[in-house]
Amino acid sequence: MSQFESVLFSIILLLSTLAIIPLFIRRQKLLIYVTFSLTGISSIFAVLGGLWTVSGRVNQSIILPIGLPDLPIHLRLDPLSGFFLTVIGLLSFFVSIYSIGYIKAFVGKRSVTHLVIFYCIFLMGMFSVVLSDDAFSFLISWEVMAAASYFLVMFEDERTENRRAGFLYLVVAHVGAIAILLSFGIMAGAATGFKGFSGYTFDAMRQTEFSVGWAAAAFLLAFFGFAAKAGVIPLHIWLPEAHPVAPSNVSALMSGVMLKTAIYGIIRVTFDLIGDFPWWWGAVVLIFGLITALMGILYAIMQQDIKRLLAYSSVENIGVILIGIGLAMIFTSFEMPLLSALALTAALYHTLNHAMFKGLLFMGAGAVLHATKERNMEKMGGLIHKMPWTAALFLVGCVSISALPPFNGFVSEWLTFQAFLLSPSLPSPLLNLLIPLGATLVALTAALAAACFVKAFGVTFLGHWRGHHSPHIHEVDWFMRSGMILTAISCLVLGVAPTLVINWIDVLPEQLIGDRIAASAGEFGWLWLTPIAHERASYSGPIVLIVVLAVLLLAYILLHVRKSAIHRAPLWDCGFEKVTNRMQYNATSFSMPIRRIFGFLFSIKEQVLKGGKGGTLHYHLKVRDRFWGWLYMPVADISFYVARKIGRLQQGRIQAYLIYSFITIIVLLVFFR
Amino acid sequence: MNLAAQINSILAALILLTAFGLLVQRRIYGLLHLFAWQGLFLSISTAVVGYTAGAHHLYISSVLTLLLKVLLLPYILYVLIHRLQIHKDVETMLNVPTTMLIGIALVIFSYHLTSPIRELSTLVTRSTLAVALATVMLGLLMMITRRNAVTQIIGFLAMENGLFFAATSATYGMPLVVELGVALDILIAAFIFGIFFFHIRTTFDSLDVEQMNRLKEED
Repeated sequence: MSQFESVLFSIILLLSTLAIIPLFIRRQKLLIYVTFSLTGISSIFAVLGGLWTVSGRVNQSIILPIGLPDLPIHLRLDPLSGFFLTVIGLLSFFVSIYSIGYIKAFVGKRSVTHLVIFYCIFLMGMFSVVLSDDAFSFLISWEVMAAASYFLVMFEDERTENRRAGFLYLVVAHVGAIAILLSFGIMAGAATGFKGFSGYTFDAMRQTEFSVGWAAAAFLLAFFGFAAKAGVIPLHIWLPEAHPVAPSNVSALMSGVMLKTAIYGIIRVTFDLIGDFPWWWGAVVLIFGLITALMGILYAIMQQDIKRLLAYSSVENIGVILIGIGLAMIFTSFEMPLLSALALTAALYHTLNHAMFKGLLFMGAGAVLHATKERNMEKMGGLIHKMPWTAALFLVGCVSISALPPFNGFVSEWLTFQAFLLSPSLPSPLLNLLIPLGATLVALTAALAAACFVKAFGVTFLGHWRGHHSPHIHEVDWFMRSGMILTAISCLVLGVAPTLVINWIDVLPEQLIGDRIAASAGEFGWLWLTPIAHERASYSGPIVLIVVLAVLLLAYILLHVRKSAIHRAPLWDCGFEKVTNRMQYNATSFSMPIRRIFGFLFSIKEQVLKGGKGGTLHYHLKVRDRFWGWLYMPVADISFYVARKIGRLQQGRIQAYLIYSFITIIVLLVFFR
Repeated sequence: MNLAAQINSILAALILLTAFGLLVQRRIYGLLHLFAWQGLFLSISTAVVGYTAGAHHLYISSVLTLLLKVLLLPYILYVLIHRLQIHKDVETMLNVPTTMLIGIALVIFSYHLTSPIRELSTLVTRSTLAVALATVMLGLLMMITRRNAVTQIIGFLAMENGLFFAATSATYGMPLVVELGVALDILIAAFIFGIFFFHIRTTFDSLDVEQMNRLKEED
């Protein structure tokens, strides 16, 4: 079986899964077992195909004789698509296992058939996006992916917030898709001199030398379109609405891998299709990345809804990935291939890592939601006692995303940082200002991310239950647990063995940029990671892991050797008598200092109401995205205004409509005869 | 040859005259008669063109026009008007002199439009193209200025007459298949209109299309 066959088999398996779903509609439990195991298997095949493509440096393309007349579908498997196939397949394998347990909870309450159907279509869309080798099939796959995920977001469509979120998602996705369509249109047109359709293949675009203006237009449109999908600020507004309301397994996939298809698109268009670009493109990407990373994490800290927090954190991580890509583009245009390869490797590595830990965190949030039926962190607390597995696994995710060694988040953020620190002075004053500034912003972002996830974990799992009455909370089943355990293990492996991973993805920068870092990165074997030069920076995952394990072991021995070392007692109430669980430090109070410092970035409505019996106080806090007021409300207002004006054309009188067509005919005859 | 062209020009003038007649006629039966006369002139003109150009399929078109537009459609409309007990008088939106002035402007405009074609074309019927275009525009103008649904249909059919006339005068007629199709379309359209008249009547208690602005979305 070749790599291509393996990947195609995976897509065919998804198609045949779709075909057999009708057989099981009446037996929903069986339907869940069958389909999710089949999607799991097809994900494995995609992963195998992808892994093998990257390591075997395959570059193979085929033409399928289907599609529109004269526009056959071109597919290509090259290391870039192989890498993204691996990322998508890996997480969807884990999520498929998790979904068996998670979706079973819906059986008996509502039909899960359409969720299962769109889950398969969604996976198929993502696989085919990265396989497409022409604009036509790319856009079709892109739309299939968007439409399927829209229906998944709308799974519980009886709730208004779901419908609102779904609509918002659909609008943003389509505005983005139009921009991508126009971008491909420009490139296809420029490839043939605007004289035919044969330029629609990526091969034709690759071989074209674009003029400066067309290339810039194509890049800006593509960046806008992919940014809308990736959730780059200010186009991020759909993420914090859509991710919380989708079923958690779907949010894990959307956040973990669907956003990454946009990253794939940006890399494909800039490095592969256009190929030759001026430095300011990289600066654009870098600036948007920096804004996205910082604002994303600041918004994330303000959230009380755990899935909303994770959604905003995805925005931040997309920012970090874009920072890497932006740096790579800048270094490429100044012909510093080694640094560029380092930055691109960092971006790709972070893509893989974010898929893993964000998938894990969303699955953990889903497990909490599953057990408590609650998304608001203010009402949770103390779950570590009732859900030890989930708590431990969620903690792994938190540590990874906070970029703490020995987990994977550290490696990629460290590599991004190295790309900043190793950059020499560049022949552009803007960049010489931007790069040190960027380095500090990345550092700030990383610290804020750590704070954010201390809050997420602490408020949810530590302390005591804050809700009014304690519900019956139970640990989740083994399907969900094993999905999360596998993801957590991959987080650890990716953090401990970075040299192996870098060796594996090294072919991507080599093909896209023309230089590689594996030789210098793995200079001291698998134990030490030395990105450019060992005298500048080095990191060893295994050694950190051993030290961490040793410290943990020591602590355990010290605490448990003497039975009397751990002593459980009621909470000391500082002499104040009635301490209730609601007096705990909570999500709002945790983020209060940061809200005070960065308050100007949010629209904050804070009010204290005195009222009720016995002079009770009510505290209301509403923190909103400023971008709603800055960007979206004006656009919405203007469109309503224009629509009302245009609505006057609708007279409701046939004569009026006839006059419109009459005048149109006369005008056309006068001016275009 | 010259004689045929002259006959054709006279017929074109008559068609234009009936088109103006349709614009100013206030009685609904009068409108029907004028429409039938227009159809008759069209039919004769088609036959004349067929004879001079030796295009024999135009005879079939001519007979079809005679049957459909002179006899059948006026009859259907007559029955409808009788059944629905429509007022014999037709209110117009604009007063008649203004409508006439706009109509005259449209005729001049059509002559202006078709002047390059008249210079290029070698057909005997080339001078009548402007009249055909004017008839189309006058039909549209009639649809705009009348309020009653039946008169709108007559305006529509007059427009179709103009198109047909344009086809014969500009190119010696369309292929027979197309003409048969068009004729059938007109017939079916007439039936659909008939059905819709009944529906409009039952919904609004009137055939005044003004009433339809109640269907508009309120804001």
